[in-house]
Amino acid sequence: MTEIYLDYAATTPVIPQVIEAVTDCLKNDYGNPSSMHRLGIQAEKRIKDAKNQVSHLLNAAPDEIVFTSGGTESNNMAILGAAYDKKRRGMHCITTVIEHPSVLQAFAHLEEQGYEVTYLSVDRNGIISLDELKKSIRDDTILVSIMHINNETGSVQPIRQIGAVLNGCSRKPVFHVDAIQSFGKLPVYPEQMGIDLLSVSGHKIHAPKGVGALYIRKGVRIKPILFGGNQQGGIRSGTENIPGIVGLGTGAGWIAKQQNERGSYLSELKNRLVKGISQAVPTAVINGSRDTSAPHIINVGFPGLRGEVLLHALEEEGVYVSTGSACSSRNRKQSHVLKAMGLDNQLLEGSIRISTSYLTTLEEIEAFLPVLTRAVARIERYTRR
Amino acid sequence: MEKAILIRYGEIHLKGQNRPFFERVLLTNIKKALKDFPDIRVIKAQGRYYVENYADEEAVINALTRVFGIVSISPALKIEKNFETLAEHSVKMIEDLLSRIQKDIITFKVESRRSDKRFPMDSMEINRELGSRLLKAIPNLKVDVHKPEILLNVEVREFIYLYHKVIPCAGGMPVGTNGKAALLLSGGIDSPVAGWMIAKRGVALTAVHYHSFPFTSDRSREKVIELGRILARYTGPMRLHIVPFTRIQQELYEKCPDEELTILMRRYMMKIAEEIARREGAAALITGESIGQVASQTINSLVVTNDAVSMPVFRPLIGFDKIDIMNLAEEIGTYETSILPYEDCCTIFTPKHPVTRPRLNRILKSEQLINGEELIREALDNIEIIDL
Repeated sequence: MTEIYLDYAATTPVIPQVIEAVTDCLKNDYGNPSSMHRLGIQAEKRIKDAKNQVSHLLNAAPDEIVFTSGGTESNNMAILGAAYDKKRRGMHCITTVIEHPSVLQAFAHLEEQGYEVTYLSVDRNGIISLDELKKSIRDDTILVSIMHINNETGSVQPIRQIGAVLNGCSRKPVFHVDAIQSFGKLPVYPEQMGIDLLSVSGHKIHAPKGVGALYIRKGVRIKPILFGGNQQGGIRSGTENIPGIVGLGTGAGWIAKQQNERGSYLSELKNRLVKGISQAVPTAVINGSRDTSAPHIINVGFPGLRGEVLLHALEEEGVYVSTGSACSSRNRKQSHVLKAMGLDNQLLEGSIRISTSYLTTLEEIEAFLPVLTRAVARIERYTRR
Repeated sequence: MEKAILIRYGEIHLKGQNRPFFERVLLTNIKKALKDFPDIRVIKAQGRYYVENYADEEAVINALTRVFGIVSISPALKIEKNFETLAEHSVKMIEDLLSRIQKDIITFKVESRRSDKRFPMDSMEINRELGSRLLKAIPNLKVDVHKPEILLNVEVREFIYLYHKVIPCAGGMPVGTNGKAALLLSGGIDSPVAGWMIAKRGVALTAVHYHSFPFTSDRSREKVIELGRILARYTGPMRLHIVPFTRIQQELYEKCPDEELTILMRRYMMKIAEEIARREGAAALITGESIGQVASQTINSLVVTNDAVSMPVFRPLIGFDKIDIMNLAEEIGTYETSILPYEDCCTIFTPKHPVTRPRLNRILKSEQLINGEELIREALDNIEIIDL
């Protein structure tokens, strides 16, 4: 059975180039970048290379990049670090209801410490309203954190416009963007878009798990959340994960090349998928906007079905997708994102996420569609009465 | 001087003529439980066992507390038969113990047993002499023969065994001395506890689980395998049968009255388990049912479920409250795994309003609506076997 992986928004396989670079690093560059000797310098050089590769994709300067243990740490570090630093100026923050848990939980942590957080709502397409944002900004607003591409639905927030709104404030709040799903898939230029802090994760761009980065615009100050040997200029203590960083750099280099040379490829795949799905299963509903959403994530609802059952039925035929809610009577876990978009119960329970990458082929999409038809036909007779 | 662990067993003594058989099985089970300790020795003595030659005492104790049939164990010092040596070690043992207790006065008592009558002092003499030695050596000791805080035991056999700690174990009877039964193992809290209780009576287990992929996930399957592994730490090697149950559920769903789905499903589970039990040489079934816990466990429902099989069905939890079952599950170590959210039955197949007082004749009629025999055969032919 050939397997078709369509869950790239969850994680991506590590590509051979990255494996090679990481292996080479593990074998040869074992030095501690803080060491005074040659091996240390050699390791430090690998970090510099990776900073170049990551910053290049963002049109940023290499010294604006800090490496972390992944997306969660980047988001935590940005939000807590900015909020702690600006505490004397104010204690009000703004975010959205559809953020990733690593953002929402960081804000919950701030709320416990007396910060006030405004959660912007989203419309049926999963997009925030600039009006609501403007109305929410106060004199004591110190931080605005809004994700670029939503991981569940692929909805894309108007980051450039948000940046412009914030730039227009008399005292600009720090603007953090969780770009974990968009890095390498949509253009992200922090400088032009008014972004101060931006989170990136390695394993979404074919690099290993356990490594990520935070862009910190020159002049923007945040407090560290890890304390120790003052590595990376004191902002992120801990001996650098050189092999992971090399992997992230190589992945960034690769995905930049894909983005340049095959810019519309993901959108082409998506168009085929959307069209194919509506033909294969006429009752299927694309959640969110099909035109403005991300090129690599599609969230589809199958009214009356259970997303998790469909997921397993597809799994049985070697197709891997994901779902936001679980088929469990005890803890009915529903997607907070789909709920915020106002979807009804049938769609909340019956939706799956299909996500692609530059590795996905048109043949895979063509092979997937009949599998989907079969799987839906197989289980659609069994729905809760 | 070397370390030893003394093993006491209880109920086996009652078994008259069968005693050697029970002792042999217990010895085998102890050895199996200790198979990860390569150089360990298990020695049989009068009415007890000794374990010797190991490094990690705590790990050995942990393994032994899970062997059914053992009543209690004591980590001991094994020393040569010489009163001076005994006195020296006793002083040291008590001093060690006292260094960990913050108290001005500690009461103690020496209790000796002399099986080797060649030893020059009798037990009374040992008690007296050793007691006075200890009092002399350690100033904050005081004798209390009724309720001592420290009870120092001295057993004079081929060596002297010296100990002060008695660790209670699971009790029960050695697994394998009372035949075999098939456990219907779900991913829930109850069934592992039910299996544990019956195994504790010396019954070997073979487990049966029903899997409904894609309506339940492979995570729920992994969860049941993990529960089986935890049980096997008590029972020794156990076979787990994973029965594909999707088709039966689908057929029932399509052809039978909605409110009867659960009870019909349970009857099919019992029938399949009975057949597996027969194949595995098991003489009874075990379920985790408890009266009134859910609709399918009312007395009427249990009567209808029970009717599906002719083998006896053991329900050790029948009179337990949920909270008691949960406490036991925690003690056994299955609770944390059981409460993982992966369910073994999809809510699609759970009726909104299940019958609580099913009538047997009606259920039997509904059962005829699907081709049960063929479906059961198909399920039996596709069992996945995992030896734990």
